[in-house]
Amino acid sequence: MTAMKVMLAMSGGVDSSVAGVLLQQQGHDVVGVTMKLWGGDSDSGCCSVSDVDDARRVAQQLDIDHLVFNFGDDFNQHVVAPYVRDHAAGITPNPCVECNRHLKFDRLLRRADQLGFDSVATGHHARIDQRPDGSYLLRRGADAAKDQSYVVHMLGQEALARTMFPVGDIEKSEVRRLAADMGLRTASKPDSQDVCFITSTGGRETFLGDRIPFKPGRVVDLAGVQLGVVESIEMVTIGQRRGIGLPGGGPKRYVLDVDVSRGLVVVGDDADTQVRELLVESLTWGSDPVHGDVLVQCSAHGEPQRGHLTLDGSRAIIEWAEPQRRIAPGQSVVLYEVTNRYVLGGGTAVTRRVADDSAPL
Amino acid sequence: MRAAAVEAMMPFFSERFANPSGSHRFARDARRAIDEARDQVAGVLGVQPGEVVFTGCGTEADNAAVTGALAGLGGDAICSAAEHHAVLHPVQTANGIVVGVDRVGHVDLDQLEQSLSGETRIVSIMAVNNEVGTVTDLAAVSKLVRRAAPQALLHSDAVQAPCWIDLRTIAPLVDMMSLSAHKFGGPKGVGVLTIRDGVKLAPQMLGGGQERERRSGTHNVAGIVALAVALSATDDERDIENDRLRRLRDQLVDAVVRGLDGVLETVPRNRKVAGSAHICIEGIESESLLFLLDEAELCASAASACASGAMEPSHVLAAMGVDRSLAGGALRISLGHTTTAADVERAIEVVSNSVRRLRRVRVG
Repeated sequence: MTAMKVMLAMSGGVDSSVAGVLLQQQGHDVVGVTMKLWGGDSDSGCCSVSDVDDARRVAQQLDIDHLVFNFGDDFNQHVVAPYVRDHAAGITPNPCVECNRHLKFDRLLRRADQLGFDSVATGHHARIDQRPDGSYLLRRGADAAKDQSYVVHMLGQEALARTMFPVGDIEKSEVRRLAADMGLRTASKPDSQDVCFITSTGGRETFLGDRIPFKPGRVVDLAGVQLGVVESIEMVTIGQRRGIGLPGGGPKRYVLDVDVSRGLVVVGDDADTQVRELLVESLTWGSDPVHGDVLVQCSAHGEPQRGHLTLDGSRAIIEWAEPQRRIAPGQSVVLYEVTNRYVLGGGTAVTRRVADDSAPL
Repeated sequence: MRAAAVEAMMPFFSERFANPSGSHRFARDARRAIDEARDQVAGVLGVQPGEVVFTGCGTEADNAAVTGALAGLGGDAICSAAEHHAVLHPVQTANGIVVGVDRVGHVDLDQLEQSLSGETRIVSIMAVNNEVGTVTDLAAVSKLVRRAAPQALLHSDAVQAPCWIDLRTIAPLVDMMSLSAHKFGGPKGVGVLTIRDGVKLAPQMLGGGQERERRSGTHNVAGIVALAVALSATDDERDIENDRLRRLRDQLVDAVVRGLDGVLETVPRNRKVAGSAHICIEGIESESLLFLLDEAELCASAASACASGAMEPSHVLAAMGVDRSLAGGALRISLGHTTTAADVERAIEVVSNSVRRLRRVRVG
């Protein structure tokens, strides 16, 4: 591999730290960058001052330059504001995916281009393979348990050509071992789990409550019979079982649909959660659009399920091989080829009123 | 740092190491060094030696003035929206009044007048703006405050002033004035607050009662001595340096403005100090420009950085009404006693080339 000028996105975590080590071993000229995204309270993820300190200290240890870019306005516009707007509309967004789409693999990539870098690297556990014809394929990371291809599924050819995932080829345990061997301060730092702009003390409810007026909702069954009420319908998500204002001891009820405009939360039993189809829009593709048999993954570490994909204009209809649980609208739906190795593309689950899927209310 | 200031510090790290608050011969020697430094500083500032209080930095001096004036008495604190955060944040914390500035960053005197009342306890208006270089008409501010709020204390953050303005002209106008040594070739970690004789401030540092109970804490003897040496040298060279650096600054800004489209000089030159070059460049982002300048070993800045090290959008430009996207292309180059004609030649080339390069690859 020829030596390249690489901009490494450093979150202050162990993966991007070790990515820096590996890039250096490969002879690349590396500059570390931490994106300052969120100005409010934060206790984890990419935004806190202590994480920036960790990134800078690792960069110093590797003897690479380290910069902080303030992308706060972009983050607010592309991640936080839509997150709030979606919840207000009864949609459950995936902010980490949107951050990757708009910040890491768009804003940062363009900045890197402008400053004369050949490539942007991150600490994601995913791989990029090249086909004989020169085109690129996004592939699951070597460590199946830590694979993050789901959250970077939106990468197209142009981005894939200029992106590097140095730790994608190794197991997480190896990442930690390398970090420990190098004496990196991030070696045993826990993985970030939660949405970086939401604190563990306040949680999602405080965050949203400060920004949108919560509305109450009626909890009804499929026949339209009212079973209870919820105080804030914006906090209810499809598939949810607890905290929907139903007395204990009754049959297990799951949220099937959240209709904010009508103030309705529709619940049903386990069998009612099963659907035959999934509708996906806002599609992106690694190369060309595909159709036919695919594997479909609907959460970061969910089990991929078999389905048959039909393109319908800008949407895709996935017919499940086996009935699946309803997917909350707003969730990222990522398509893998049937061997479950390569990402084909992805999109966002679309709202389907429960009436479209079962007996009318 | 000025070489003379570095040299002046050295003995205090070895043979003259003593704590000046002690009672033995070595302590007396260190005490003498501080007394002499205080005399020297007082001379340059045009105040009495007893009115000079040494602090740990300019920020401490600003906080001591604002918070110390309010402590126990209450009343309004007033400052301008373009103040350094070292004044702005204490005033905001005290629920004070932040007065707007005009298009060049000068405090709006009408607004200031309207804010003054019998409740006003302290007014703090900077002598020279640290971002854009605007010089405040402190004579006008002083006149206004004395007339409309005669009971109020007037403080000026003069941290950016010593290289450009004879501080003896500021001292009679104000009750308190802050300085920071590293802004005039002294070391970091030492500053001055002048407190007019008779003005009572509640001390913010309590302890051993140093600085006549106005600022407790063991003296930074080496820093204080070096501060005095640097301040004297600055005072001696001021007239010559003002002329020399004004020419260089004009040359720099003229060449950049002439060579590139869409470059706006933020503040007219007759309203600002000689060593400040501040421009807003259309269609580029400061962060990107600073990266390329840094790569070419030209050290500049845009606005102030937050705790993470990220550049924050400038509160000064926002207060001046500069459009946020134009402010996003701000560039601030400071010239000082070490700046040479060759540096300026190079800066012209590096800035112009970097902006052209960034404009070839538009982002946003």
